[in-house]
Amino acid sequence: MDTVVVIGAGVAGVEAASQLSGFGHEVILVEKNSYIGGKLAKWDHLFPSLRPASEILTSMEEKIKQGSFKILKNTEITDISRRNGRWILKTGKGISLEPDAVVIASGFGLFDAKRKEEYGYNIYNNVITSVDLEDKLKKGEKIRMTNGKTPRRIAFIHCVGSRDEKSGNHHCSKVCCITGVKQAIELRNLLPQAEIFCFYMDLRMYGKDFEELYREAQENYDVQFIRGRLSEASENMDESLLIKAEDTLSGRPLKMNVDLMILLIGMEAGEDTINLCKGFKLERDRSGFIKPKDIHIMRNFSSQEGVFLAGTCTCPMTIGDSIDNARAAAIEVHNYLKNKHLR
Amino acid sequence: MSKFGFSIQETRTIDFEQFDGRLLKYVLEHEPSFRVCLSCGGCTATCSAGNLIDFNVRKMNILIRRGETEGLEKEINKCMLCGKCMLVCPRGINIRNVVMLIKKGIVKFRTIEEPHEKLKLKCHAY
Repeated sequence: MDTVVVIGAGVAGVEAASQLSGFGHEVILVEKNSYIGGKLAKWDHLFPSLRPASEILTSMEEKIKQGSFKILKNTEITDISRRNGRWILKTGKGISLEPDAVVIASGFGLFDAKRKEEYGYNIYNNVITSVDLEDKLKKGEKIRMTNGKTPRRIAFIHCVGSRDEKSGNHHCSKVCCITGVKQAIELRNLLPQAEIFCFYMDLRMYGKDFEELYREAQENYDVQFIRGRLSEASENMDESLLIKAEDTLSGRPLKMNVDLMILLIGMEAGEDTINLCKGFKLERDRSGFIKPKDIHIMRNFSSQEGVFLAGTCTCPMTIGDSIDNARAAAIEVHNYLKNKHLR
Repeated sequence: MSKFGFSIQETRTIDFEQFDGRLLKYVLEHEPSFRVCLSCGGCTATCSAGNLIDFNVRKMNILIRRGETEGLEKEINKCMLCGKCMLVCPRGINIRNVVMLIKKGIVKFRTIEEPHEKLKLKCHAY
């Protein structure tokens, strides 16, 4: 029986592990946290259907129950070496693993909004990120300014840490556009009186039902979209924020006071992914994510033999795309192991 | 004094604190399809008037959304109501009705209700 180590028990990792154990391989799923689900575990509702994120977590737990693979929680890979063509992975707890194949499903990192200083995250009171908002929504907290007042005007800022050389990321994070639309709709439901604006450069509604949700936001939820990137924000005496942008569709500068600003932060290669790249000596893309062997036909292969890629360690993806991608990775690993024995 | 070479330049910045949303509200109430404009510019590309004179339907729509109603009356009268814009609109907006509502709205808010600063200014200009 071949052994496969899957690194990361997020959406992609659990799917890959479950599929591989279904193919009859011995699978060990390594997770650094004490819980499964990765960033999904902290999310409240999902676009484009606005279903609870917990439903996906439940289906993952179901797969773990049904599958016959081992999960090592609170475990990090601390040392990676190769001997006689075999990868040797050592964990922080002193366990040594010698798998026949490895699947990296280490996921993405979140852009640290403090790096975009001119937007005032962690400097001004009423600037939060999309992740902070999701956390508030999950906890059922009321959406208020720090002084306790109900926000009358809210601005979502798209592309924070994406498509921006100044913050070190050229790539598009793909899912923030629709996340902004989803969260704008949720805020409209919670704050029917508030004015809600989205400041965008392009709205990339590429996925299934994304465009429909965008249209719904315009049509039924009175969310207003302004094309223009924020240059800066400054705080007023009453803790509201003065923001500046160009209204590029009318070709004129624009200023606006808002009570609450939500930064739609992007996805980038996480620290874990970068460390794994060092350990396995993997190539990274211009965007910092792990470079697949071939962007069209070998998306789940890394530049090293026996090391496979699943989910957002290669590029930003939705939950659904991550699951598909992880299944594809499982098939590639299965074929690789089958052919290995024929050789 | 008229030959004095300096004057105070008015700011070009769209200031949301000066927002006159009455016209927008009026148009949206009577023509809800106006909400879903994508600002693609299809209307402007095919516009009979816009091909001959300086008239931009799409930009006019944006300005109403920003509460910038100044100069609107002069702009809106350039429309010939041919309706070609409606044939190309990817979101099926009844643009001709939007234009008619803007015309009505301008009159309504100038005469019936307390005019906003920007419309008041216009009254003096014409």
